[in-house]
Amino acid sequence: MRNTSKESGREKEMSTVTGRPNTYLEAYGELIAHRRERDPVWLRQLRDDAWARFQDKGFPTTHDEDWRFTNLAAMAKIPFQRAVKGSVAVSAREIEGFRVPGAVCQLVFVNGHFAPQLSELSDLPKGLEICSLESAIDCGMVGAAPEGCASDGIEQHLGRYADIRRDVFTALNTALWEDGAYVRIRRGANLLQPIHLLYVSAGSGAEIMTHPRTLIVAEPTSHAAVIEDYVSLGSEAAFSNAVTELAAGQDAVVSHFLVERENLAAFNVSTLRLEQARGSNVSSHSILLGGGLVRNNVHPVLAGDGAECLINGLFVGAGTQHLDNYMLVEHAQPQCNSRQFYNGILDGSARGVFHGRIVVHKDAQKTDAKQTNRNLLLSDNARIDTKPQLEIYADDVKCTHGATIGQIEEEQLFYLRSRGIDEVSARNTLLYAFAAECLDRMQEPAAREFAEGLIRERIAELARSRRTIVLAAPVEEEVQSWEEVR
Amino acid sequence: MALLEIQDLHASVDGHEILKGVNLTVNAGEVHSIMGPNGSGKSTLAAVLARRETYEVTGGRVLFDGKDLLEMKPEDAAREGVFLAFQYPVEIPGIGNAYFLRSALNAIRKHRGEDELDAMDFLPVYKEQMKLLEMDEKLMNRSVNEGFSGGEKKRNEILQMAVLQPKLAILDETDSGLDIDALRIVAQGVNAMRSPDRGFLVITHYQRLLDYIATDFVHVLVDGKIVRSGGPELALELEDKGYGSAEANVAAALPA
Repeated sequence: MRNTSKESGREKEMSTVTGRPNTYLEAYGELIAHRRERDPVWLRQLRDDAWARFQDKGFPTTHDEDWRFTNLAAMAKIPFQRAVKGSVAVSAREIEGFRVPGAVCQLVFVNGHFAPQLSELSDLPKGLEICSLESAIDCGMVGAAPEGCASDGIEQHLGRYADIRRDVFTALNTALWEDGAYVRIRRGANLLQPIHLLYVSAGSGAEIMTHPRTLIVAEPTSHAAVIEDYVSLGSEAAFSNAVTELAAGQDAVVSHFLVERENLAAFNVSTLRLEQARGSNVSSHSILLGGGLVRNNVHPVLAGDGAECLINGLFVGAGTQHLDNYMLVEHAQPQCNSRQFYNGILDGSARGVFHGRIVVHKDAQKTDAKQTNRNLLLSDNARIDTKPQLEIYADDVKCTHGATIGQIEEEQLFYLRSRGIDEVSARNTLLYAFAAECLDRMQEPAAREFAEGLIRERIAELARSRRTIVLAAPVEEEVQSWEEVR
Repeated sequence: MALLEIQDLHASVDGHEILKGVNLTVNAGEVHSIMGPNGSGKSTLAAVLARRETYEVTGGRVLFDGKDLLEMKPEDAAREGVFLAFQYPVEIPGIGNAYFLRSALNAIRKHRGEDELDAMDFLPVYKEQMKLLEMDEKLMNRSVNEGFSGGEKKRNEILQMAVLQPKLAILDETDSGLDIDALRIVAQGVNAMRSPDRGFLVITHYQRLLDYIATDFVHVLVDGKIVRSGGPELALELEDKGYGSAEANVAAALPA
């Protein structure tokens, strides 16, 4: 499934190992030795429980309904190593091209470790507290606040939302996380520019695993945007297993952007768990352009009356990329709205998955949930599995979904070309129009512009990469009805 | 040299031969009308000339301005000066009408070695034309043809033609689905484009359009072949007697 030459080498290397490599156990042992005295009791307990859970369950297989379309066997065999802090030197010049113009600040992590010398944290606006999660915990232990941050309140949130029992990757992250970002937006603060969290994988010869942990606390009536951005330096396979918990207080308005633009050998599993209080409004925008095997979990819980969430995404895959989107939208309280819009473009032998599950709890009357997944397949070997699921325990609800799979329309392509526009440009224009639908749903100008640049570049590559196959067949078909689960 | 010279053109769609040897010459400054019953191959002829790839040319040759048109891709034909006004203009969601038209014009200008126009320069180019076609300027800010009425779509085609200034304009049943007012406006747009340097191929099922666009020649296409050619009076005759008479005449003229 990965880069073939690498794969064969790896197969040989691993032929004597049976089952799961013990590098996870080694990592846990090292981490415990390193962190034990510095972690507060509650966190030690949390890690121990999470580790026990991971030990017990192991990685899921395709027999697991939630992983039916994504085979982790190849990944599970790779002996990913924990990255020792400072073992790989990254210069400011190397990450220059990854900066987001117009960001209010930038936290940079290299192989999961905070890199203060690469980060940009000067002139923070009033109402924003941001620091590395490790330093917030450490300073909390010695009773001193780290610069720019208060560590109180972390215990109240960290690990309270992302459930180690529900998902083994969350368990693994909770056991093994070493650092990540801690962001607190104070009550009423209105941040106009986005916060940029840059997670860099820099293997330099080794296959590194990282488990970045991000906690974002948006206090009541605050307003902010956070960009979580995964990139690689070099071409090594790396495994990023990220968990982000975002707690939106009453009437808070928060936008979260996930950008996956790692190399094609990368494994990236990310989990965004949103906890939404009454009247809060959270948008999750996922832009998956890179990575070899990507699993994007988005799990909002609408836990207060009248909360709203928008789950917006674009995934673009080519070659042998595998991009799996797992949405779980939980309506726990009445009168909440959720909107899911995911567009996928798949070329080559790329494979995409959209799994959209909506759970409406007993008390969640007047729920209004909508889900749309549209896909373009650009080659005969590309594949999409789309699976809408509805689990419903209330009676007064409105849930709709629609999924389509189509190709570039020959008619549209011909129309553009008949006016003098060359084939590559015409193809680019049509693909971009489809991809750009997600941009219309982004409210923050700087983040939107950043996303637009990335999408434009990726689509242009795709448009150039091959001749269009002309399909006379019907271009769009409706697929699959709700699967009702109870 | 003729502007367009079609010699013994054969073309198929999905293995079915639709054009069975079409011969036609159009000189610059002339308006030719192609009439014929449904399924006779009128739209196929238009599509082949615009180089649509789903139509396979199985024989014959076509010279456009002395160049081999059948060697050209659709974009090359457009840049050389072929324009097809679609019978069913295509809706393209997400692509702005003004952006699209400017991209098209710039592609053609670039081909001619002219400077590309930016959005500001482009504004006066289409504004005047829109007024002539009685089009709402708001249509330029919408996606190409998306949600346009039938009349708006056809006017948008004529607008594109006016902006792109082709050497050969092919109108494929531009009159279909238009009420009489829209038809008059569209015809006005076409008439304003008439020039000694430009040829027209007007494809229509009904004589009605020819009341508004004065044609020089009328050709009757039946079963993939031109069976009769004549002056504008032929259109009136067809209106009177139907296509049956044209076919009968052919049958009578053919050696037994």
